[in-house]
Amino acid sequence: MPDTTALTKSTDVPAEAQTPAATDAGPAPGKPRSLWSDAWHDLRRNPLFLISMVLILLLAVMAIFPGLFTSASPRDANLAEHYLQHPKWGNFFAPDWLGYDVQGRSIYARVVYGARASITVGVVVTIAVTLTGLVIGMLAGYFGGWLDTILSRITDVFFGVPFIVGAMVILTTFEERSVWVVILSMAFLGWTSIARVARGSVITIKQADYVVAAKALGASTTRILTRHILPNAIAPVIVVATIALGGYIAAEATLSFLGIGLAEPTVSWGIDVSTAKDQLRNAPYVLVIPSVMVSITVLSFLMFGDAVRNALDPKMR
Amino acid sequence: MGRYVARRLLQMIPVFIGSTLLVFLMMYALPGDPVRALAGEQHVDPAQIAQIKADLGLDQPIWQQYLQYLGNLFQGDLGTQIGTKRPVADVIADAYPITVRLAIFAFIFTVVAGISLGIVAGLKAESLRDRSLLGLTLVLISMPSFVLGFLVQHLFAFQLGIAKPNVSLEPTNSELIMPAIVLASLSLAYVARLTRTSVAENIRADYMRTAVAKGLPRRRVIGVHLMRNSLIPVVTFLGTDIGALMGGAIVTEGIFNIKGVGQLVFEALGKREGATVVGIVTLLVIVYLVCSLLVDLLYAVLDPRIRYA
Amino acid sequence: MTTIDKTAHVPAPRESVSGDGPLLDVRDLHVEFHTRDGVAKAVNGVNYTVSAGETLAVLGESGSGKSVTAQTIMGILDMPPGKITQGEILFRGQDMLKMSNEERRKVRGRKIAMIFQDALSSLNPVLSVGYQLGEMFRVHQGMSRKDAKAKSIELMDQVKIPAAAARISDYPHQFSGGMRQRIMIAMALALEPDLIIADEPTTALDVTVQAQVMDLLAELQREYNMGLILITHDLGVVADVADKIAVMYAGRIVETAPVGELYSRPAHPYTKGLLDSIPRLDQKGQELYAIKGLPPNLTRIPAGCAFSPRCPKAQDICRTDVPPLAPVTEQDGLELVGRGSACHFWKETIHG
Repeated sequence: MPDTTALTKSTDVPAEAQTPAATDAGPAPGKPRSLWSDAWHDLRRNPLFLISMVLILLLAVMAIFPGLFTSASPRDANLAEHYLQHPKWGNFFAPDWLGYDVQGRSIYARVVYGARASITVGVVVTIAVTLTGLVIGMLAGYFGGWLDTILSRITDVFFGVPFIVGAMVILTTFEERSVWVVILSMAFLGWTSIARVARGSVITIKQADYVVAAKALGASTTRILTRHILPNAIAPVIVVATIALGGYIAAEATLSFLGIGLAEPTVSWGIDVSTAKDQLRNAPYVLVIPSVMVSITVLSFLMFGDAVRNALDPKMR
Repeated sequence: MGRYVARRLLQMIPVFIGSTLLVFLMMYALPGDPVRALAGEQHVDPAQIAQIKADLGLDQPIWQQYLQYLGNLFQGDLGTQIGTKRPVADVIADAYPITVRLAIFAFIFTVVAGISLGIVAGLKAESLRDRSLLGLTLVLISMPSFVLGFLVQHLFAFQLGIAKPNVSLEPTNSELIMPAIVLASLSLAYVARLTRTSVAENIRADYMRTAVAKGLPRRRVIGVHLMRNSLIPVVTFLGTDIGALMGGAIVTEGIFNIKGVGQLVFEALGKREGATVVGIVTLLVIVYLVCSLLVDLLYAVLDPRIRYA
Repeated sequence: MTTIDKTAHVPAPRESVSGDGPLLDVRDLHVEFHTRDGVAKAVNGVNYTVSAGETLAVLGESGSGKSVTAQTIMGILDMPPGKITQGEILFRGQDMLKMSNEERRKVRGRKIAMIFQDALSSLNPVLSVGYQLGEMFRVHQGMSRKDAKAKSIELMDQVKIPAAAARISDYPHQFSGGMRQRIMIAMALALEPDLIIADEPTTALDVTVQAQVMDLLAELQREYNMGLILITHDLGVVADVADKIAVMYAGRIVETAPVGELYSRPAHPYTKGLLDSIPRLDQKGQELYAIKGLPPNLTRIPAGCAFSPRCPKAQDICRTDVPPLAPVTEQDGLELVGRGSACHFWKETIHG
C-alpha cells in the first residue's frame, strides 16, 4: 500500500472546511485579478463608496468654484438689515436660504466658501503626511539596524506629543495663521502613524519570497524598494491615509474653533461655529449649520476610507 | 520578562527626553515673546523687557535653557509662572484632579459602551443591526467633539433642561457625566469598531468551531473562547487611548467651562507661559509612555504567543 | 428507542444501549449553501451508517461534500449560509435534526466528538491545553478545577504525550504538530464518546508522525469500541485502518465497499482513476496517471452523472441520467455485501 498520496493533483491541502463557495466562488475562473482591480470591482458596487464619492466631488467643486453655488459673498456683512435673520428654508440656494449670522453675513455663502479651507487642509496635510511617513517608514523597515532604531525612536517622540496640544503650541507662535501655517503644523506632527504602518508592512514584505528572489537576482536596492516593496506595502498606508483625511479636517475645524487654527478673514467652518456659540440659545442654526457641514465633510471622507479599506482588505469582510 | 521591562524602561528615556525637547523647542525657538505677551497692548520700555528676560534666563541660548529645565525637572521643579509667580507644579496640581476625573469617567464609558456595542455588532456581522451600529459609529467619529458638545449641551441643557450647560467650579460627579460622554464619543466609536472587527474575525476561527463541537454552552463559547481572543487588540487600543483622552479633554473642558488642565494649557498658550505648557505636555507624555508600557506587558499576559526576549 | 442519558458519567456498555441497528444512520442528506454566486449544492443525498467499533472512511476531493456532511452530523454547520434541505441523521435511532439546540449540544462532545484537521488553529491559542481539556469535564460533568486537571493529565498520558503533568499548563503553540494533534484526540476522547468523527486528522502532519497518530487513533478506537468516521483525501491513510469506504464526488456517494474490495476491484471509474493516480514503485519511470479536468463547480453541477465530463468511459446516457447507487454483484449475480456503485457502467468497470 502507498504511504501518502494526494488525491487531487492541484492542491495538497483541501480547503473544504470552509463553505464550498469559498473555493468555487468567483466569477470567470482562471481570469487572474490583482488586488487593485479586485478592489475597484468591489468599490463600484458599494453604495457607501458611491455616496461618499458624490459628496466628495460636490465638496471639491465647492472648494474650487464656490461662485457656482452662490452669488453672495461670504464677507459682506450688513448688520443693519440682516442681524440674525432666521433662515428662509424655502429660498433654496438664495443668500438668505440658511439665514444670516451675528454680523449679518449670509450663512449659506459662508458654508459654501468654507469648504475651500477645510478640503485644502485635509488633502494637503494627508499628502504631506503620507509622503513623509512612507519615506521614513520604508527606510526604517527595509534597512533595519541602527537606522531603524533611530527613526523608530524619532517616530515615538513625535507620537508621544498629543496632536491637538502640539499643533496648538506651534500655531500660537505665529502671528499670521494662514492655511499653510495650519497645514505645516499638522503635517509636522501627523506623519507618525503612517510611518509606523509603512514600517510594519515593509518588514513583512521584505521577507516575502519574491523580494528575496529579486535580491538573489541582483536587483538594486532602489529597484527593490520602488518596484517590489512600495507597490505591495502601499495598500495599508492608503487605508490609514484616507481615514486620517477626515480626521485632519475635523482637527482643522477644532483648532479654528479654539481660535488657534485659521483666523479671519479666512472663511472656516470652525471659526463660524466658534463665533456662533454665544447665540446657541436664541439662534441655534447659526451654530448648527456649519457644524453639520464639518460633520458631513468628515463623514464623506470616513465613508470613503472605510469603503477603500474594505475593498483592499478582503479579510475584514 | 524582567529584562524586557528593563529594556523598555531604558527605551523610554530617550523618547521622554526627545518629546520634552520637541515641545520645548516649539515653545521657545519659534517666534513669539512671552514677556511682550505679558505686557499686552501697552508700550513697555525695551530695556525693561530685556531685564525681565535676563531674570528669567530667557536671554540664554536655547540649549542651555533646555538643559537647565531638564536639570530642574529631575529635581521635581517645573519652573515658575511668569505672570502669577506661582510654581508651575502647584498650578498643574490644582488643575489636574478634575481632568483625571473627567478622563476616568470617559474611559469607563468608552470601555463599557464601546465593547458592548462592538460585541453586539460583531456577533452578527453584516446584519442590519451590525450595519446600523457601524453607521452610528461613523457618525460619532465624524462629529468633532465641539460639535457633539454643543449638540449635547443644546439638547440636554437648553431643550430638555435636565442638565446645566456649564459645570460649577467644584463639579460633582454627576455634573461631569455629560462632558465625559462627549469626551468619550470618539474613542467609544473606535473601540466599538475595533471590537466588532475583532469579534467578527474571531468568530469564524477554527477554534470557535472546536468549542462548539465540544458541546460547550453558547455563553461559554462566546464569553470565554471568543472574548479572550477578541479583546486582545481592544485592550491594546484602550491603553494608548488614555493619553488621547487626556489630550482631548482640552476641547471638552473649553465647551463645558471646566477648570482643568485643558483650560490651563489654553490660557498658558495665550500668555505664552512656556514653563506651564511644557510642564503639562511633559505630564501627558509621561502618561502616554507609562500606558504604552503597561499595554505591552498586558499584551504578553493576554496572548501567550507573545514572548519577550 | 432510548433517550440520551444525561447523567451517565461512566460509559455504559455500548452494544446493549439501543439493541441492534447502527450507531449512526445518515439518510438522504441534502445540504446547500446560499452564496452571492448562487446556490451551491454541497451534499446531494448522502446515505451511510456506522456501527460501534466500526471505521468508515469517507474519501473525496475538496468540495466533494465529505467535510460538510461531517459538520452537519456534528451540528456545527454555519447556518446561514448552509441549509439542510432534506434528510435525517439518526443517532441511536433518534433524528438529531429534530432535536432542540440544547439536546444537540449535550450530544456534542459527550456522545459524538470531532477531531479537526489543523490542530494549531483548532485549539484556542490563548488558553492552556490543560484548561481546554479540563473544560470538557467541568462543563459536561461539573467537575471541580482540581479534579478536571487530574483527569486532563491522565488523558494526556493516554495519548502518549511525554511529561504530561509538566506540560498541562503549556499553550498549543508550544507543542509540535504531532503532539497538538494528540491533544485534539485527547479532547475528543475525554468523555469516551460513542462516535468520533476525524476530519483529515493527519493531513497537516509529517509523514512519519501521520502513521503514529493514525495508529494511536486506531488503538484507542479498538480499546473503547467506538464508531469512527475517518474523512480523508488520502487513500494511503485509509487502507490500514478502515473497515469500509465511501467515495464521494460532488456531494454524492459514488461508491461504497469494504476496504480490501475497493482497492482490488473498483466499481466506479472515479475510484479507478484515484487508484491509478497513486505512484507505484513497480511502475517507476512511466508517466503518472491523473484524472483530467477539475471537480465541478457546486453551483453548476453537470446534468446526469456529475463525473461524466471527466470520465474516460462516459456515454450519452451519463450526460442525461443520474446513476443511482446500485448494488454491485459478481458476474454470476452473487451479491457482494456492502458494495455499491453509482455508475451506469459499473459492470464493465469491475468486470470488464
